[in-house]
Amino acid sequence: MSKHRKQTSVRTIAWRIVLGLGGLTVVMVSLMRGNNIALFNSRGMIAHEQRQLMIHIVVILLVIAIPSLFLLYFTAWKYRESNVKPPRSSKAPGKHSRMLVSTIWLIPSLFALVLALIMWPAAHTLDPKHTIDPGTQPLTIQVVSMRWKWVFIYPEQHIATVNFVQIPEHTPVKFMLTADEAPMSSFWIPNLGGQLYSMTGHQNQLNLVGDMQGDYTGSSAEINGAGFADMKFTARVSPRDAFDFWVSDVKLSGNKLNEAEYQKLLKPSQNNPPTFYAAVDSDLYDKVLMKYMSSMGEDAYMTDMGNHE
Amino acid sequence: METEQGLESHEAASDDRVGFGFWVYLMTDLLMFSVLFATFSVLRNNTAGGPMGNELFKLPGVLAETLILLTSSFTAGLGMLAARRGSKSQVLMWFGLTFLLGVAFLVLELKEFAAFVHEGHTWRSNASLSSFFVLVGTHGAHITSGLLWMGTTLVYIWKRGLDSHLVRKLSLLSLFWHFLDIVWIFIFTVVYLMAFV
Amino acid sequence: MKEFLLGKLTDQSLPHEWFTIGGTIGFILLPIAVLAILVRIKGWKWLWGEWLTSVDPKRIGIMYFIVAGFMLVRGGLDALMVWLQQALAPSTAVLGAAHGYLSADHFQQIFTAHGNIMVFFVAMGFVFGLINYIVPLQIGARDLASPFLNTLGFWLYVGGVLMVNMFFGLGGEYAATGWLAVAPLSDLQFSPGVGVDYWIWSLQISGIGTTLAGINFIMTILKMRAPGMTLWKMPLFTWGSLCSMIMVVAVFPLLTATLFLMFFDRYFGMHFFTTTLGGNAMMYTNLIWMWGHPEVYVLVLPAFGIFSEVVATYSRKAIASYGSQVIAMFGVTLFALSVWLHHFFTMGAGADVNAFFGVMTMVIAIPTSVLMFGWIATMHKGRIKFTLPMMWFLGFVGIFAIGGMSGVVLAVPPADFQLHNSLFLVAHFHSNVIGGVLFGIFAGINYWFPKFAGFRLNERIGRQAFWCWIVGFCLSFIPMYILGIMGATRRLDHYDPSTGWQPFYIMMFIGGLIIAVGVALQIVQVIASAIQKRQLVDTTGDPWDGRTLEWATASPPPSYNMAVIPNITTRDPLVEFKKNGFPKQPYEDIHMPYNTASGIYIAACAFATCFALVWHINWLAVAGLVGVVVCFIARTFNDKTEYTVTAKEIEKLEYDREEADRAKKPEPGEDMSLWEFIKIAVAWALGLIGLKRRAHGN
Repeated sequence: MSKHRKQTSVRTIAWRIVLGLGGLTVVMVSLMRGNNIALFNSRGMIAHEQRQLMIHIVVILLVIAIPSLFLLYFTAWKYRESNVKPPRSSKAPGKHSRMLVSTIWLIPSLFALVLALIMWPAAHTLDPKHTIDPGTQPLTIQVVSMRWKWVFIYPEQHIATVNFVQIPEHTPVKFMLTADEAPMSSFWIPNLGGQLYSMTGHQNQLNLVGDMQGDYTGSSAEINGAGFADMKFTARVSPRDAFDFWVSDVKLSGNKLNEAEYQKLLKPSQNNPPTFYAAVDSDLYDKVLMKYMSSMGEDAYMTDMGNHE
Repeated sequence: METEQGLESHEAASDDRVGFGFWVYLMTDLLMFSVLFATFSVLRNNTAGGPMGNELFKLPGVLAETLILLTSSFTAGLGMLAARRGSKSQVLMWFGLTFLLGVAFLVLELKEFAAFVHEGHTWRSNASLSSFFVLVGTHGAHITSGLLWMGTTLVYIWKRGLDSHLVRKLSLLSLFWHFLDIVWIFIFTVVYLMAFV
Repeated sequence: MKEFLLGKLTDQSLPHEWFTIGGTIGFILLPIAVLAILVRIKGWKWLWGEWLTSVDPKRIGIMYFIVAGFMLVRGGLDALMVWLQQALAPSTAVLGAAHGYLSADHFQQIFTAHGNIMVFFVAMGFVFGLINYIVPLQIGARDLASPFLNTLGFWLYVGGVLMVNMFFGLGGEYAATGWLAVAPLSDLQFSPGVGVDYWIWSLQISGIGTTLAGINFIMTILKMRAPGMTLWKMPLFTWGSLCSMIMVVAVFPLLTATLFLMFFDRYFGMHFFTTTLGGNAMMYTNLIWMWGHPEVYVLVLPAFGIFSEVVATYSRKAIASYGSQVIAMFGVTLFALSVWLHHFFTMGAGADVNAFFGVMTMVIAIPTSVLMFGWIATMHKGRIKFTLPMMWFLGFVGIFAIGGMSGVVLAVPPADFQLHNSLFLVAHFHSNVIGGVLFGIFAGINYWFPKFAGFRLNERIGRQAFWCWIVGFCLSFIPMYILGIMGATRRLDHYDPSTGWQPFYIMMFIGGLIIAVGVALQIVQVIASAIQKRQLVDTTGDPWDGRTLEWATASPPPSYNMAVIPNITTRDPLVEFKKNGFPKQPYEDIHMPYNTASGIYIAACAFATCFALVWHINWLAVAGLVGVVVCFIARTFNDKTEYTVTAKEIEKLEYDREEADRAKKPEPGEDMSLWEFIKIAVAWALGLIGLKRRAHGN
């Protein structure tokens, strides 16, 4: 039973790998079509900048990675046993050249430097607190994450919503994020920009802008209990006048987000349908913050107010 | 052939290793304490409206604890000198004294804790008190372990006499004891003194 | 009275759901049954005396492998369950679940357990097994610095394994919080059950074991090297292990302290991380990641060391740029301690802080690239033999590189804002942990197996296992990167089918099945090699023409490793010895440590305490603690811990061994194929049934 087996040649293996990966790519690309590739489908300036940044970084990485990987696999193939004659005498190990050592340290360091030089300013301009257009007055929306829904309060329009937020296009929006009786959640509308945590006793500021009309999915990107996967909301970007019309429409709806209603919302629930409130206590958000901050010393509230703008 | 020298150098190498290993362990213990210190620094003012350190701490008692512990380190040092001289009775005396001073320290500390609890300031009251009780309490737990270690070692020395093994154990013990003293200096400064700054 | 005796235990705690019953049978009763069979065949004295109480790092190493391998199966099953749920979620609802076949809470427990098991019990177990077995051999030591701490550390690790399987039998729930149980989700307020408590103690007890082992390995490497072996002559696997252990002692104390703080919150009602009364949950995130990030480098540094050994040996060349490799490993060690915040760029620390940590994270890519170039330089002008370890190396390079690149993308804070907690992140770290740590472990096991067992592993089935892993990995994780870019968040138990994600999840599940076949083939590989061991026998102790000292011993080595510790004059000492002859030194008396059961007893008492603290059985917690103290004191005052093997006895043992080796002759024959193995296995199974029938007089 000992037939002489031929080992699969390197060429065959290489072809199989190429065809396999190629086939996988074709399958994946065809499956992606027609779907929302959220990180590429940037519908706002912030998301767009973030996408460009990611692409630039990947390109720079490929510039060093592809030749390096090719060099490694090529070296392995070139110096395989069957391709190399055994040495007639055992050579003394040669002294590694200083050139070689310097090169293998210098090249990665240079690439790291380039990436760092791109990253540092980007981290500042794309910081969530960074105001998008100093000339324009942003629309402020206060967000309270609860188990397992999102409550949106429009302090200037005096309305509130659950699991639905509408913003006018081309208008910078300042989301003020906090939480109530909930673990940390992460406020995320991928088509419009990156995420930011909403936590009890803290307020985080996320600046976004929507530049294309449409309905976009928002969610919590941080696990916060059994209802985590249902904590979705719709973010609608509409023309300015449609937004104003919507606000006045909500004001006619008649529901009020008063203390009793708010307590009902605080109870854990999942899959809350979009709800609209014509009126809301103007200091509801501040009361939520105070509820937790008063548990620190008096100083904590004062210093954290610096986050308020 | 096994020589006396061979056995001795084997022992010496083993002692050297154990000593080094104990230092590494002390560093890990220090790192654990540093987490507790960092936590205390972050949470010390989170009293949820309750009293701050300067309203709770009674410095005279804490000063007494500090002096007791410093003295106990001194007596432990004298005990180590006696151990290296091979004097069993002196070792028992000096380390016995160290033991008593350690007990006194614990008694004072427990009295402080009991007073706070009696007034209603427990580790459940707020984050500041939680971190206080855990930091100071962990140090106290280490002192307790040290006393246990000291007690059993002294009993052994009393029963079996002083030999090289026990001298080595004593040297590790005194290292531990001095380490706890240093940690206490930090606690005294960061927790108690800085509350009044 | 019942409450005093049993704490919070009730009869509801006993298994009564399909998964708790299944888990109890599979992961508690089955191992007990296997042990019982072993005792039946070989006797309790053999098991207790030769293995369980052994302080021989070679035996302890093998035991680590067995436990870690068992947990690999469990962790892998968890992964398959996760993928199956996500593949089924939009289109099915069975077994009482709203989506798929698992409730959201159960699903969350499964991936939490998966993460903990893979990191703490599989990766750490295999790595510690390898370090235990190989490092003393490489540096010419006979044992670790403290054989007692070694066995104690192992049994504490087993205590952790027991704890993470215990909840099947009692309690029925594990943490549902993700593998690091972030606050305040893990607080009593949001996780009132015993799940998080099981989580705390399984990590705490094995974490303390790890710290003790770390101290032990550092002592050994720094103080017990053969004469003449300076640090700059040490093999690179030893260097990787040293760097890893330095990081262990630097960061595991942080984990210990943080877990205690979480325990205090839950048990004593304290307020370190609670949402009210002054707690600061963000502090937990910082503390846990200060441990968590260095932990992954703890795992990967020994793997880097393994690859350096493998590449050098099979290229038949000394490692190029040894100095750079060591400095690179140290660089990784140092920088790993300064990057933890990149795990929560999205918590809102501000641009300066985020940017700083982003830059530090990128800096780590530099030493890693240096290692990679070093391996290329080693292969250059070598004469490479493509054995399985080399294949695992080649697989590692590609996959780890992808993981590394995705890591650099994630290190850019604004990019991370879109990628944090997405499947892109999950694909990134799996590329690094599977490609780096796991493939390194596989390479190491295939490389050193002849040393462990006296015969090498079947290459044929091994290759098939390798390709299953590669194909399975690509099918599982490349779609995962894509899903991340499509905006898929991690840890979702269900999602809307309109997202178009389901086909990708199905691909991932199929990839997972292929990986499972790979794991099965690896188990088959070991069994088939054992069946064929006469064909695969290693007669010289040096089957690969090795360069380092471990290959100068018998396979497997005697309990004292080598009869004479040679004087070392160069790096790669075996090359020197083969050229100029082995040093001739006279035999001397050797001091060997006795076996001890103290490790088992202390770990058992510690386990009792931890279990008691999960269920608030206060008397048992105190009793366990007292037990730990008493056993510890008893051990430290035990003077008879060593025995002497005289020079004459060694001479005889060596002579007998050499005679036996001379008689060993490998039988001819090719490595068994998978088909041949299946035929043998079926025949054996039929034989078992046939025997039964004959015994019953049929």
